[in-house]
Amino acid sequence: MTLEVLYFAWLRERVGQPRETVTSDAATVRELVADLAARSDGHAAAFGDIAALRCAVDQQLVDLDTAIANAREVAFFPPMTGG
Amino acid sequence: MSARVQTAPFDLAAEMDGFGAGAGAIVTFTGVVRDDTGQMAALEIEHYPGMTERALQDYGDAAAQRFELADWRIIHRHGRVRVGETIMMVATAARHRHAAFQSADYLMDWLKSRAPFWKREIGQDGSANWVDAKASDEDALDRW
Repeated sequence: MTLEVLYFAWLRERVGQPRETVTSDAATVRELVADLAARSDGHAAAFGDIAALRCAVDQQLVDLDTAIANAREVAFFPPMTGG
Repeated sequence: MSARVQTAPFDLAAEMDGFGAGAGAIVTFTGVVRDDTGQMAALEIEHYPGMTERALQDYGDAAAQRFELADWRIIHRHGRVRVGETIMMVATAARHRHAAFQSADYLMDWLKSRAPFWKREIGQDGSANWVDAKASDEDALDRW
């Protein structure tokens, strides 16, 4: 499965890029996180604190155990600070 | 009934012209960039293009249904916003004031913790620090 993976705020800074195309067999977001964290030291730093991680699949907020079988776009970011 | 995300400043009076026609109560909330330390120059706001607009529309629609709103509007800026400038606004229009106040409060609580914006404080010395989310903002959602 090929996915567009997006990063925002300090996750983007740690990974070192705003987006990348990723091929993965992960069934859930949590499995995808494990795959991504192994890609580089920057990725490992970005995904170091899973409690600080928020995720959207195809632009909808989801939790880490969400299935990503038909997902096209998965985004990772810290807790939001709007308003 | 609309949401907008933009870099440019906005004019509250112009935005309210014709808003909520026929409603008995209109509430507006305007957020202004403040400096608690005397060291800050601006906020820089990052967002998730596409998802942001969709999320704001969804929260506005939810508020409209729940509080029976005649109208609502959300404007949120991104990019660099200097201390003292307006960063965002929420307006709600309903038959009565309780629904107008409550729905504005509801939308602000959702915007704070569930709209994909991230703030970074830009110091007068050029430093840049991401703002941490507050547990109190997260807890505020439990009210709804």
